[in-house]
Amino acid sequence: MYPKEYLYTKEHEWIKKDGSQAVVGITIYAQKQLGDIVFVELPQPGKNYEAGKPFGSVESVKAVSEIYAPVSMEVVAVNNDVVQRPELINEDAHDKGWLIKIKVNNEADLEGLLSAEEYEELISQDQH
Amino acid sequence: MTVEASSDELKRTPLHAVHTAAGAKMVPYAGWHMPIEYTGVVSEHVAVRTSAGLFDVSHMGEIEVTGPDALALVQRVTTNNAAKLALNQAQYSALIYPEGTFVDDLLVYRFAENHFFLCVNASNAEKDYEYIRSHARGNVEVRNTSDQYAQIALQGPRAISILQKMTAFDLQSVKYYWFRRLDLAGEQVIAARTGYTGEDGFEIFSKPAKAASLWNRIREIGGDHVTLAGLGARDTLRLEAKMVLYGNDIDQTTTVLEADLEWIIKWDKGDFIGRSALWNQKENGLDRKLAGFEILDRGIARHGYDAFIEDKKVGAVTSGTYAPYLKKAIGLLYLPDEYAAVDQEFEIDVRGKRLKARVVPTPFYRRKK
Repeated sequence: MYPKEYLYTKEHEWIKKDGSQAVVGITIYAQKQLGDIVFVELPQPGKNYEAGKPFGSVESVKAVSEIYAPVSMEVVAVNNDVVQRPELINEDAHDKGWLIKIKVNNEADLEGLLSAEEYEELISQDQH
Repeated sequence: MTVEASSDELKRTPLHAVHTAAGAKMVPYAGWHMPIEYTGVVSEHVAVRTSAGLFDVSHMGEIEVTGPDALALVQRVTTNNAAKLALNQAQYSALIYPEGTFVDDLLVYRFAENHFFLCVNASNAEKDYEYIRSHARGNVEVRNTSDQYAQIALQGPRAISILQKMTAFDLQSVKYYWFRRLDLAGEQVIAARTGYTGEDGFEIFSKPAKAASLWNRIREIGGDHVTLAGLGARDTLRLEAKMVLYGNDIDQTTTVLEADLEWIIKWDKGDFIGRSALWNQKENGLDRKLAGFEILDRGIARHGYDAFIEDKKVGAVTSGTYAPYLKKAIGLLYLPDEYAAVDQEFEIDVRGKRLKARVVPTPFYRRKK
């Protein structure tokens, strides 16, 4: 369920490297916890964020959750489909429900992220 | 994100195992371990508006007042006129402090001439019971019978036709806010044509031991027309219908008049607790009033978010959500009287960003009859 080629944060974001750029979204686990997602707020391209800082929010009917920069990053593009149809995150969190494309400002940040196995271990503990 | 852990100390309804078997997401609510959703708030909400939704509301409290002085006690502690209730009739009312503020909101059912049955909020049941008992005078008995009842609600345009298949009693003959004791799928229940969703339907009180078989029978008979619905949908449905929620929109600091519920105050019924405070407030004018709003920008305002007109804080959201049937963000808040008129625009601080909002007529949603 959690692609091996992605990296993950403890805050339930995923990041998929693609050369010097990367795609960022929230995980299947995160969307399940939120429930029906009805609103997404994403930043403008060109904005920079330090690792761990909130760059947007995802809202379900019942709750709002901030989304954090998995690494120091510059926003390159925003998924407008997901802004128009937030339910895409529920339907396909790891692919069509991606949130932003970024430029990784500091490659070393990637080393602190979780592998798929480590992330699955983390959420299995959360569920107990 | 945080995940709330379930606690062994939480109370369980007789349907707890049925919910977990159905894959419900369970959460702590008012001391109970309750289903917040089964398949998703949006689909459950829409199912109630368009077909039928099945709710477990067994966490609600029940208090019974009996004896020759039962009516006098109910009249003293509530704002509506219980003397007007016929047998088998129910009314929405407020349990009231001397200041005119809410101990709770509740439904008052008249079981018999000298027997009133009060359905109260789960989190308030014990407090309500103590409060009512403290005002008992003469020959009257007050009992907290919450453990003796399970409560199931079937709500939505198909609710009556589904339940009709389970009883010989003509359910259409039970008018809105009336109830009957009847046989439903072989079980003796109290079936009340009441609800908390803005839809037609019944709330069914049964013995706890019979709740699971009734629940399963309704699912069997209703088939695809019945959707299991959790507390998440119950909250969005009640807000679209502008039904206030104790602890959010009303509490011991808000008066019945401020909550825009003067229709449940019967000034001419004789004296009752809180009457003079409420009458004073009516005479002198309200400082603030509960108003419904919709968000004009994109975003959702939630409980506790502050509202502004220019740089003046004018109130805070008491309930706010995305309304799944209306497909917009709505909410309730107390506004100073001079700003509470329909079309008044204001701003809500949504996590550091000011969103435009506007006072709108309520209820936000009204079912077609």
